Amino acid sequence: MENLNLILPEIFISLSIMFLLILGVFKNESSKITFNLSLFAILITTIITINETFSVTRETLFNESVVIDSMSSLMKIITLIGGFLVLVISSTYLKTFKIYNIEYPVLILSSILGMMVMISSNDLIVFYMGLELQSLALYVLATYNRDQLKSSEAGLKYFVLSALSSGLLLYGCSLVYGFSGSTNFDIISNQLNSEEYVLTFGIVFILVGLAFKISAVPFHMWAPDVYEGSPTTVTLFFTIVPKIAALTVFIRFLYVPFLNLIDQWQMIIVFLSIASMVFGAVAAIGQTNIKRLIAYSSIGHIGYTLAGLATASNEGIQSSIIYISIYVVMNLALFSCLLMLRRKDQYYEDIDDLSGLSKNHPLLSLCLLLILFSLAGIPPLAGFFAKFYVFKAVLEQSMYFLAIVGLLSTVVAAFYYLRIIKIMYFDEEQDKYDTDHSLWLKFSLTVSTILILLYFIFPSQLVEVVSRINII
Amino acid sequence: MNFPILSSLILLPTIGALFLFFTKEKEGNNTTIKYVALFTTVVNFLISIYLWIAFDQSTSSFQFIEDRTWIEGFINYKVGVDGISILFIILTTFITPLCIISVNNSVKNRLRDFLIAILIMESFMIGVFSALDLVVFYLFFEAGLIPMFLIIGIWGGARRVYSAFKFFLYTLLGSVLMLVAIISIYWITETTDVVQLYEIGIDVKYQNLLWLAFFSSFAVKTPMWPVHTWLPDAHVEAPTAGSVLLAAILLKMAGYGFIRFSLGLFPVASEVFTPLIYTLSVIAIIFTSLIALMQEDMKKLIAYSSVAHMGFVTLGIFTLQQQGIEGSIIQMISHGLVSAALFLTVGVVYDRMHSRLISTYGGLVSVIPKYSILFMLFALASLGLPGTSGFIGEFLILMGAFKDNFLVAVIASIGVILGAAYMLWLYKRVVFGKLLNEDLKKILDLNRSEYFILSCLAAPILFFGFYPDPLINTIEVSVTDLINMHNTNIASK
Repeated sequence: MENLNLILPEIFISLSIMFLLILGVFKNESSKITFNLSLFAILITTIITINETFSVTRETLFNESVVIDSMSSLMKIITLIGGFLVLVISSTYLKTFKIYNIEYPVLILSSILGMMVMISSNDLIVFYMGLELQSLALYVLATYNRDQLKSSEAGLKYFVLSALSSGLLLYGCSLVYGFSGSTNFDIISNQLNSEEYVLTFGIVFILVGLAFKISAVPFHMWAPDVYEGSPTTVTLFFTIVPKIAALTVFIRFLYVPFLNLIDQWQMIIVFLSIASMVFGAVAAIGQTNIKRLIAYSSIGHIGYTLAGLATASNEGIQSSIIYISIYVVMNLALFSCLLMLRRKDQYYEDIDDLSGLSKNHPLLSLCLLLILFSLAGIPPLAGFFAKFYVFKAVLEQSMYFLAIVGLLSTVVAAFYYLRIIKIMYFDEEQDKYDTDHSLWLKFSLTVSTILILLYFIFPSQLVEVVSRINII
Repeated sequence: MNFPILSSLILLPTIGALFLFFTKEKEGNNTTIKYVALFTTVVNFLISIYLWIAFDQSTSSFQFIEDRTWIEGFINYKVGVDGISILFIILTTFITPLCIISVNNSVKNRLRDFLIAILIMESFMIGVFSALDLVVFYLFFEAGLIPMFLIIGIWGGARRVYSAFKFFLYTLLGSVLMLVAIISIYWITETTDVVQLYEIGIDVKYQNLLWLAFFSSFAVKTPMWPVHTWLPDAHVEAPTAGSVLLAAILLKMAGYGFIRFSLGLFPVASEVFTPLIYTLSVIAIIFTSLIALMQEDMKKLIAYSSVAHMGFVTLGIFTLQQQGIEGSIIQMISHGLVSAALFLTVGVVYDRMHSRLISTYGGLVSVIPKYSILFMLFALASLGLPGTSGFIGEFLILMGAFKDNFLVAVIASIGVILGAAYMLWLYKRVVFGKLLNEDLKKILDLNRSEYFILSCLAAPILFFGFYPDPLINTIEVSVTDLINMHNTNIASK
């Protein structure tokens, strides 16, 4: 008998989804209670997962198709906390657009479930199942504001392109299966050591599919449109939560089944990384919409995360995970600010709407200032340390070119972050924005800004947690 | 465990800034916040004076060391001072209160935010001068960009946005390469602790590239020709207090970095690249002096003169002679005082006339004599008249240069003449001549606070001009030891 306790979080969250759906059918006006219950469900799941991390080093289930180890637990916890915070700060926004329905939390829960399956997967089929579960939920979320043309467009675009990438991924999986005779990662890892170029095709297809999911250049085209069109809270969800899951899968694929083929994929990852860093920095310069700009900046940040992966070392993987964790906090803070730009039931998302913010809202703009400098990677803020760890790992492998290109693109990226700061601090002020924000929104902004600002006092803790992850 | 005096020096201004952050700014009544800021910085100055008194001048080893684990097994938070860094710390704590007194007139809006920025800046600067770990140094070095960007951008003049961006991006670009070098040093030697690095040394085959990476950062911050162009823009547009901070302290970070890191860590490479530094320094001295001659904007003229003076500094450092390096340090201290004073004198007339153009003025001596006398003192100190601190620095640098390379020294001496030319000409056009501009007749002489600030600056300029011993005694052992270490390193390679 399998030890089902290990997948208790997944079981619990699936039961909650079903329960909430049934509740939605039988109870009128149930949005509020569904929201609260789903928050509660995420909270319980988080507690179970945290509890699990202390007792488990590495366990497998169901013929080794599911793996629970320190990486999966940590990434699940980040996913869950991210999902929780997204859900909790969404309500005012959704109410404004009159889309405060039960489907929203249920969809978020389903996609989180999909991601948790992805994170724990040790088998091509399990992985694909999780991926599709989360993607399907995300397609619907993108179109969630269905009365708006842009939102529907975003959803459709996302659906078409993402389906294409899933197809590529599946094709790659079938090629890999053909060569190794198994769908299990560990077995594939032992079987794959041939130099056949068809196998390389398989790897490339899988990497392309994954690169699509984390929007690395040159497979990033969907990101700006989808980010811009989706409701802001969904964009927030897009920019943080699925990236964590996709990154975990990326790490698993590269370092479990493909570990022996390092020569074949390393160049690809280096290319993806450099292209994303440079393109993310350059393309963001001309943007006028904050959400689009965030899309490009997140492309850049994914480039830095990939730089850590390209090193083929434990330090590299750890630095990538540190990077993505800090990135999650920064993005959460950034979107909390964005959600505060509200005036008489209308949300503002152009960069020019920030003009002179520092005069009317000094505290908000100070937070935004810190967040932006942190995103630009200026010490002593958290964003600097994220980059620092990545480049430390990169330089350990003597990959000087990658490091120098990466750091130079931070200078370019600094330009557009500075431009926002300039607009906030140096330009003329506009009308005031509303200040009656929900307590949770204020809470998430305050906490994440404090984390960003004071990270430098205790940098060891995060490193310590992450250093338990030893994949290779 | 002794009292962590350096950490308190670093932290105190930040605490003051926090305090300011939570005080409400009232319209028209800013005295409270100003006094809070002033009090913090004066206390900091007194602590640093105590540091100087308690400092043991007979040894070159680092003192007041604090060493704490920061990132487990990787970086230690390590600070300490030797004879070289202590002077820069005192310069910082001395200039900052003067800056705060001077904001009276030049900063009209958002005074509280301005003071917060200045205080945080002071924390970072002291951090730079006391850091004994490369990563800690980098952290402080870069962090200073944030407050300075805001100081230029929010309170600057018409082209402030352009200047702020140029300043930020230029310096960031220079610094990221240094970051690559710092991490590489960690992987080569397994440590970023400067004291340990001094002992074990860095393999010769890496030194050239690492030196260049550090150079790219320091050259921008110094600033050396041809990457000096951010400086005039940033200076001209910054408010007076900002210019003073920038010229007096920020520019010294790079000179300090050259001595502490380029010379100390990469002795062989420093020898290799001396011709490069000589060339750039000499070009900077001659070229920017000529540019300074042609300026019509007073602040710009002083900014270019700063570039020329920093040219002397880099020249002196890389003579690798006792006199040269001592001269450079004294020149940096002296330039810190003199350029601060000059920017303040320009600020005084700018506050009254709202023009920085030389052509607006003329004949000031007949309406504001006190001002004219002090201005003359600073102008003379800037051109290095004997009896002012500027002379000691330039003289020692040239002495070191003559020992090392005759030609360079001769060309640099021409720079001294040019320096005299543009300063005296500036002085002549502003202070002497006929009083043609009608508005100037109503101009007021120095008020009490301005008089106080400028005298505070004039006193050390004259004192160290006649009696430089306190400075030289402080740095002597450290410099001698640096040169000995350098020579043994060269000999062994």
